[in-house]
Amino acid sequence: MEARFLELAAMLDRSLQPGEIYTACFSAEDTDFIRFNNGKVRQPGSVSQSHVSLDLIRGKRHATCDLTLSGDAKVDHPEIQAALSDLRALIADAPEDPYLLFATDVRSSVSRRPGRLPSRDQAIGAIVDSAHGLDLVGIYAAGRICRGFANSFGQRNWHEVENFNFDCSYHHHQDKAVKASYAGFEWSDAALAARMDMARDHFGRLQSAPRTLDPGRYSAYFAPAAMSELLDMMCWGGFSEKQKRVKQSPLQRLYEGRVGLSPLVTMTENSAGGVAPAFQGEGYLKPDRLALIAAGQPVSTMISPRTAQEYQLRENGADGDESPESVEMAGGALADADILSALGTGIYVSNLWYCNFSDRMNCRVTGMTRFASFWVERGNIVAPLNVMRFDDSLFRMLGRNLEALTDTPELLLDNHSYDRRSTSSARLPGALVRDFSLTL
Amino acid sequence: MQKTDMLDLIHQRFKQLKSDAAFWSLRFVDERSRYVSVRQNVADAPRLARDCGAMLTVYDRGGYGYAATADLSTSGLQGALDRAGEWARATAGSSVLPPAVSMPHPRGARESPGTRETPPTSRELLDLALAESAAAGFDDRIVDWHASIEVAEADHLLLTNQGGDVRQHFRFMVPDASATAHADGETQTRTMSGRGFCRQGGRKVLDDASFVGAGRRLAEEALTLVHAPNCPAGTMDVLLMPDQMMLQIHESIGHPLELDRILGDERNYAGTSFVTPDMFGSYRYGSDLLDVSFDPTHDEEYASYAFDDEGAAATKTLLIERGILQRPLGGELSQQRAGLPGVANTRACSWNRPPIDRMANLNVEPGESTLPEMIAAIGHGILMQTNLSWSIDDSRNKFQFGCEWGQLIEDGKLAGVVRNPNYRGVSATFWRSLKMVGDRSTFAMLGTPTCGKGEPNQGIRVGHASPACVFADVSVFGGEQ
Repeated sequence: MEARFLELAAMLDRSLQPGEIYTACFSAEDTDFIRFNNGKVRQPGSVSQSHVSLDLIRGKRHATCDLTLSGDAKVDHPEIQAALSDLRALIADAPEDPYLLFATDVRSSVSRRPGRLPSRDQAIGAIVDSAHGLDLVGIYAAGRICRGFANSFGQRNWHEVENFNFDCSYHHHQDKAVKASYAGFEWSDAALAARMDMARDHFGRLQSAPRTLDPGRYSAYFAPAAMSELLDMMCWGGFSEKQKRVKQSPLQRLYEGRVGLSPLVTMTENSAGGVAPAFQGEGYLKPDRLALIAAGQPVSTMISPRTAQEYQLRENGADGDESPESVEMAGGALADADILSALGTGIYVSNLWYCNFSDRMNCRVTGMTRFASFWVERGNIVAPLNVMRFDDSLFRMLGRNLEALTDTPELLLDNHSYDRRSTSSARLPGALVRDFSLTL
Repeated sequence: MQKTDMLDLIHQRFKQLKSDAAFWSLRFVDERSRYVSVRQNVADAPRLARDCGAMLTVYDRGGYGYAATADLSTSGLQGALDRAGEWARATAGSSVLPPAVSMPHPRGARESPGTRETPPTSRELLDLALAESAAAGFDDRIVDWHASIEVAEADHLLLTNQGGDVRQHFRFMVPDASATAHADGETQTRTMSGRGFCRQGGRKVLDDASFVGAGRRLAEEALTLVHAPNCPAGTMDVLLMPDQMMLQIHESIGHPLELDRILGDERNYAGTSFVTPDMFGSYRYGSDLLDVSFDPTHDEEYASYAFDDEGAAATKTLLIERGILQRPLGGELSQQRAGLPGVANTRACSWNRPPIDRMANLNVEPGESTLPEMIAAIGHGILMQTNLSWSIDDSRNKFQFGCEWGQLIEDGKLAGVVRNPNYRGVSATFWRSLKMVGDRSTFAMLGTPTCGKGEPNQGIRVGHASPACVFADVSVFGGEQ
C-alpha cells in the first residue's frame, strides 16, 4: 500500500505545472466486517477502499478534489490527471484565500504498527462459541488501516496499523443488556473468552426486576465508556480555537473565566499515546502532547493552520475540525474496588447514549442511560435501571459536583466506521458525581 | 469517461463474471459532487469529489456475503464476487438468515427532475454564496456566518444474475446558510432549516429554498434571538413547524418502525424499538389525525427512487393510517425474516456499505387546518421552528428536542420570541396528543443528508415532508437560568 502511495505522489510531482503546489492526503483500508445478531452471523463481508484528497495551489488560490482510487495506476493516474485539469479550471476562477497555510518545511515520517489478526473462520468460530447460545449482537471489524500525506516539497508521511475491534452486547430482555468489547492489535481466543466471561458475570445482574427512578438529583458513578460520551460533547467544538473566536465553543464560559471546573480535571490531547496519525491534512506534525485543561483551568485550544493564519497564531497540529482525536483525562485516587462503596446509594452508569446539547453556551447536555446501568444502595448493586433521561451541565458535573476520578484510566478505541474506520481513541477514568440531574 | 459509457462498461464486465451461487448481484455507485462554501465573506477552496465502486453480493444455501471494491476491472469484480461467495459459504451454518431467501430481479430506470438541464457552474454557485455571505455580516453583533451549496450527481446500477438491470440517475442539491449573533455573553444561531433544505432537482431547488435573501434574513433572526428572553418552562400546547416536524417524524416514527431494529440487528449500536411485531394492524400510534406515508414517489423529495438497493419496486404506502400502525419500514429480506409486509426501503449509503432498512421519504400527510387557524386555537402555547438538538433513547421512546426559534402564543395570537426552546416527551404517547394538522399551505418538503445507523456505520440521505402540527400538553422548558 505504501508503495502505491509513493508512486502516486511521484506521479503528482511530475504532473505539476510551473507555479503549482499540491498537498495530498491518502487513506486506505482492507477490512473484514462481521455483523452478529442472536449469537449468529447477520451480515459478513469485506471492504477494500482507498481515497486521495488533493489540494492544488497556485499562489493564494486553490481548489480540492476527493477521489476513490481503484488501486491500478493505469486507471488511477489518468483519473488524477483529469482531476488536476478540473482543479486548474476552478482555480482560474476562484478568489484568493487569505487563510491558506500549509507546511513547507519537509518533515517526513513513517509509523507502522503491525498486528496479529485472526483468519475469517477463526474470528467467526471464536465469537459464535463465545456467545454460548446467548443473544449476542455486535460487529467485528479487522484489517489494515493506512493514512498518508505528501506534498510537492517532497514531504512524505506514512501511518499504518493493523487492528481489530469487536464491539458487542449481550441482551437479556427488551433493552436490558451488557456491553462488552475486545479491541487491540494481537488477537487471542483466550483473551476474547475472558472478556466475554466477564460480561456474562454482569449479565446475571440483569435478572432482577428493573428499577424506574423518579426525576431528581442522584449520586452517580460514570464508567469510562459513559465518560467517553460526556467528553465527546466537550470535544464537539469545545477545544476549537475558531469556535472560541466566534463565540460558539461550549467551553466559552470556561475560557472567559465565568465558570470553573474541578481541580481534578486535567485533559490532554495525547497524540503519542493514540492510534491516529501524527500528521495533519496540511502536512504539519502533531505535538506528542497538547495540554487542554490542567487542574480545571483551560490551557490550550486546538489551532488548525487555517485558524492560525486568520488570527495570526501559531498552528499546533490540529486538523481542520480542531477536535481531539486522542484525548486523555488524568486519573484520580479512587480505586476500582472502592467504586461502589464510594458511591454509597445512587446509580452506576455503564454507558450513556445519544447525548446532545440542550443549552450549548452553558455546556448543558441531555442524553440517556443505556445497557447495564444499576441502582446501588449502601455500596451494593440492587437492580438494573430502566433507561433514564438526564439533563445537566458539564460545568456542574465536572465542576463542583465532581467528587472523584478512578485511578486507572482505560484506553477506549473508537469503533466508528462512517465512510472509513476511525483511528480515534480516548484514555479516560471513571467519575463519581453528586447531584446528577435525571429528568424523565 | 462519460457516465453512460461507464455503466455500459460495468454491464459488459458483469456478463463475464462467474459464480455458482443461487443469487448474486452487482451494485455500482458513481457519485460526483461539487461544493462551494463562504464563511465570513472568505471563500473556502471549491471542492470536487468522485466516489466510485461496486459491491458484489451473494446469497447461497443459507449463507450471505458481500465484498466491496473500487477495482472495476473484470478481474477486480470477479475477485470481489469470489470473496462474497466465500463469506456466504463460511457463514452458511451460523447465519441468522432463513435457509432460502428470494430476491427480486427487476428491470427499470429513473432520473431526478432537472437532470437534463445544465447545472449551475461552480462560479455561479460561488457568486450566490458570496452574495448571501455579504448580506449577513451587517452588524458587529453578527460574529459568524456562512453560505454554501452542494450539488451532487449519482448513477446507481443494480445487476442480478437472472437479468435484473436497474439504472437510476440522481441529482441532489443542498443549499445552506447560517448566521450567529453574540451579545451580552449570549450566542444564538439561525440556520436554513438546520441544513434541512435537501432535495433532488436543478436550479428550482435554490428558488424553492429562498436561498437568495437567506443571509440577511437569518442574521436578523439571530439578532432577535440573542436579545430574546429564555423560553419559559411549563406544560402547554406546542405548534411545530415543518423543519422541526421533520426531526420529530424521523426520530420517533421513522427509527422505531425500522424492521431491522425490531428484529434486533441494531441493538448494539443504533438501538432497538418499543414497537413489536404484534402491534401492526392494531396499535394506536397517534390520534385519528395522523397519517404517515412511506413515499419515494415525490419526484423532488430527497430520497425518492424507483427501486431500492435490493431491487424492490418502490411505491407509496401508508404506514400509519388514522393513527393506527399498519406496517413497518422493512425491505425484502427483513420481510422474509419477520413474516411481515413492508416497503422498498433497503438502502446503502454508497458502494462500500451493505444495504439495510432505512427510512427513504417518510412523510406526515397534510390535514385541513391553516396556520392562522392553528395559532388561533391555542390559548397558551409556543411555536417552535428549526431543529437544533435531538436526543432519544435506544428504544426510540423518551425524547428531548430543542429548536433554534421559539415564539409564545397567548390567547390565540403570536407573542414574543424566546430563545433555547426545548421540549420532551415519550413517543408512545406523544403522537396521541396530536390535535391539529396543517393543510397544504403549511406543508414543506425537507430532509437530511446524514441519518446515521448500521454496523458498519452508514450516514444516508432521507427525506421528510410535513405540514405544521399542534400537540397538546407538552412539557416545555428553556436553557440554563
